[in-house]
Amino acid sequence: MARRLLVVLGFVGLGLVPLVAEALHQPFYIDLFRRIMIFAMAALSLDLILGYGGMVSFGHAAYLGIGAYAVGILAAHGIESGFIQWPLAMFASMLIALVIGAISLRTSGVYFIMITLAFSQMLYYLGISLETYGGDDGMPLRARSRFAGLVDLSDAHSFYYVVLGLLVLFLVVSHRLVNARFGMVIRAARSNEARAQAIGFAPFRYKLTAFVIAGSMCGLAGALLANQTEYLTPEFMHWTRSGEILFMVILGGIGTLVGSVAGAVVLLLLEQVLSSWTEHWQIVLGPILILVVLFARRGLVGLLPAEGRPRD
Amino acid sequence: MNAVLVLEQFLNGVQFGVTLFLLAAGLTLVFGIMNLVNLAHGALYMVGAYVATSVFRWSESFLVAMVAALAASLVVGMIVEIVTLRTLYERDHLDQVLATFGLILVFNELVSIVWGRAALYANVPTFLAGHVSILPGVPYPTYRAFVIVIGLAVAILLHLLVGRTRLGMLIRAGASNRTMVAALGVNIRLLYTCVFGIGAGLAGLAGLMAGPIYAVQPGMGEQILIQVFVVIVVGGIGSIRGALVGALLVGMVDTLGRAFLRPMLSLMLSPSAADSAGPALASMLIYVLMAAVLFLRPQGLFPARG
Amino acid sequence: MTEALLEVRGLTRSFGGLIATSEINLDVMAGETHAIIGPNGAGKTTLIGQLAGDLRPDAGTIRLEGEDVTGLSVSARSARGMARSFQITSIFPDFGALDNVALAVQAHAGHSFRFWRPARADISLRVPAHEFLEVVGLAGRADVLAGTLAHGEQRQLEIAMALATRPRLLLLDEPVAGMGSEESHRMIRFLSTLKTRQTIVLVEHDMDAVFTLADRISVMVSGRIIATGTPAEIRANARVRDAYLGEASLPC
Repeated sequence: MARRLLVVLGFVGLGLVPLVAEALHQPFYIDLFRRIMIFAMAALSLDLILGYGGMVSFGHAAYLGIGAYAVGILAAHGIESGFIQWPLAMFASMLIALVIGAISLRTSGVYFIMITLAFSQMLYYLGISLETYGGDDGMPLRARSRFAGLVDLSDAHSFYYVVLGLLVLFLVVSHRLVNARFGMVIRAARSNEARAQAIGFAPFRYKLTAFVIAGSMCGLAGALLANQTEYLTPEFMHWTRSGEILFMVILGGIGTLVGSVAGAVVLLLLEQVLSSWTEHWQIVLGPILILVVLFARRGLVGLLPAEGRPRD
Repeated sequence: MNAVLVLEQFLNGVQFGVTLFLLAAGLTLVFGIMNLVNLAHGALYMVGAYVATSVFRWSESFLVAMVAALAASLVVGMIVEIVTLRTLYERDHLDQVLATFGLILVFNELVSIVWGRAALYANVPTFLAGHVSILPGVPYPTYRAFVIVIGLAVAILLHLLVGRTRLGMLIRAGASNRTMVAALGVNIRLLYTCVFGIGAGLAGLAGLMAGPIYAVQPGMGEQILIQVFVVIVVGGIGSIRGALVGALLVGMVDTLGRAFLRPMLSLMLSPSAADSAGPALASMLIYVLMAAVLFLRPQGLFPARG
Repeated sequence: MTEALLEVRGLTRSFGGLIATSEINLDVMAGETHAIIGPNGAGKTTLIGQLAGDLRPDAGTIRLEGEDVTGLSVSARSARGMARSFQITSIFPDFGALDNVALAVQAHAGHSFRFWRPARADISLRVPAHEFLEVVGLAGRADVLAGTLAHGEQRQLEIAMALATRPRLLLLDEPVAGMGSEESHRMIRFLSTLKTRQTIVLVEHDMDAVFTLADRISVMVSGRIIATGTPAEIRANARVRDAYLGEASLPC
């Protein structure tokens, strides 16, 4: 109960950010929190497969890149309608997740981690070699996605609330997913794969489906990211990005969904603060990550008082 | 495109392959025996490269630089093992991945604090400069030949170590059944430390030799590490033989692909199509190789465990 | 001559140079409880592994009600009506007891590509699950985390999960292993109540359980079945006595 209240309060807080930012004449915070929410979506999609499915994907940032490049490339060719770009971004991510997942999920453990890492690096190098679309340097986004007058993304507030709305939608959908029959299979396979097979589940197809869903959700986050930064670069897909997103999930609390959102908020705010003190902020972040892993494994959500029932 | 060029690229492939092997051998042993995913392995390579480059500049002696670099990577490796990795042996892979990722951030930042973010360029030591004639009329950079020789020598030494010594026997046993080795009363702590030390030394060696060939910059460890992962997946975890075969395979595919894919494509496609598709496909080749091996033999080519 | 529910012919499996099971022939009739006994290393675990689908036989066939299931995966065999309990208890430790059984029910209630409705609120899963928990006597422990249940309770839970898949054949791998005398008597009594409704293949070391429950017994030694017969026949069999010299003694 306390947890629910905190979540609601958190989102109300997020909703108030633009108003508070305007009042303080600091529009920068709208930009910052919008960016945080976009990464929260990416982290959320990772928690689905990581926290609930036990699939340690170290290449999740690849889908950020795919979504972003889908939008960027379409825009470069004159297709600026978000109604076309965003579904295509999700579709492209879905397809690539299907291919990567079909190959990677044949392995497990250490192999799986390395393979997902390797595939995302492959996409990163592919991005670098695309000279027409900026290659190494990346390219600017011609214009933010248009929605035929329905909403104007060049207005900071409107864009902010679109992102917030999508984040809440993702959270609700994910919550439903993990508690539905589908989610149960994934979680059972993570808990004891041999047992899951012995009672009659064929986990592969469900895990692959989860992998694809997570990929396409992250793809939409990528489309939003392109609109946010108005610039796309292969760096979106760099493996250190994947590491960052993993960090967000762990920091917030693996397997809790809202934890990923909290983790994104805390990590990105921390990065923001640290980088204003020193350009070498990573040297502070590194040990923090190590300490979290060693001593606060259950993340921020784990620090909350335990709930009565051992569920959800 | 002529025979000399092909031969030269072939040798470059071998040279890249032995560099990968030096890194892969240590990493695969650590994976296989201690079940530890160590993303920070590349950091030891980086330490070797930076220390060798700096010491060489200051001392003008390649030998001094070599010794310094090896010592540095061993020391750093030991410190990392004692301070961080010991607690990770019992943890699951995700924890290891994240913690060693944190280590990478620290190392890369430390290096950029001390040496700056710009790439350092190491000079080839004078006695290794110039070319040797592999065959009459076929010159090949002496330094690269040197790397190949050292790499293959290490491969042979490792083969002897693993095949003929007591330590090697324990390593092989540990790679195929870790719990059994512990149950037999072997001093596991010491074994782990030795294995880790060997890996650190090999990584440092790869790094110190890499300076003159590849750019010395923060993040260089991870760039090559991911290719090392491909090597290990292809070769099979825990197997030195797999590491060698995998490394040479990956080294060749990558080097030859980068050199010849574009010209080959331009025979079939228009020059501009070949120009854009060539490098893109070349950089993907080793991952295609990895996917193919995984599809046919998910355990790799020479897995240590049956 | 009625056809056997489970028909095994020539089942052979080796590991490296070691032959674990060799030319195993077995017929289990519908409604029969068939025990497999033998000294350690006889190959019982390998046999169960091949029947359940964990191990691929090198040669031989397994037929379930006439259908060849030799090449089927573990989950496909479950779909065909084979259920098992594991030698080392295998349940879903992070789920509650009721959840565990509900999962087994769910696995046989069509596909699970349902993404919206909470599975825990689905009475078509919860009600049968509760019934199976009652059958094994765990109804009071429905909400307890399965990982925290006592050893004997976990074994009961496994049986509930196996029953929830409505199997035609139950493979029980040492169901009373690791149980104290009180617990194992309870388990044996419970399994006797199942006898009438299920076809059971039982691997056991506990002779009490074997001779109480089995309609027929097969004795395995060094990968082969050396004798098959009723409990009385097996007790009287000289070869069996020889095989067990020094091992568990047969109750007279």
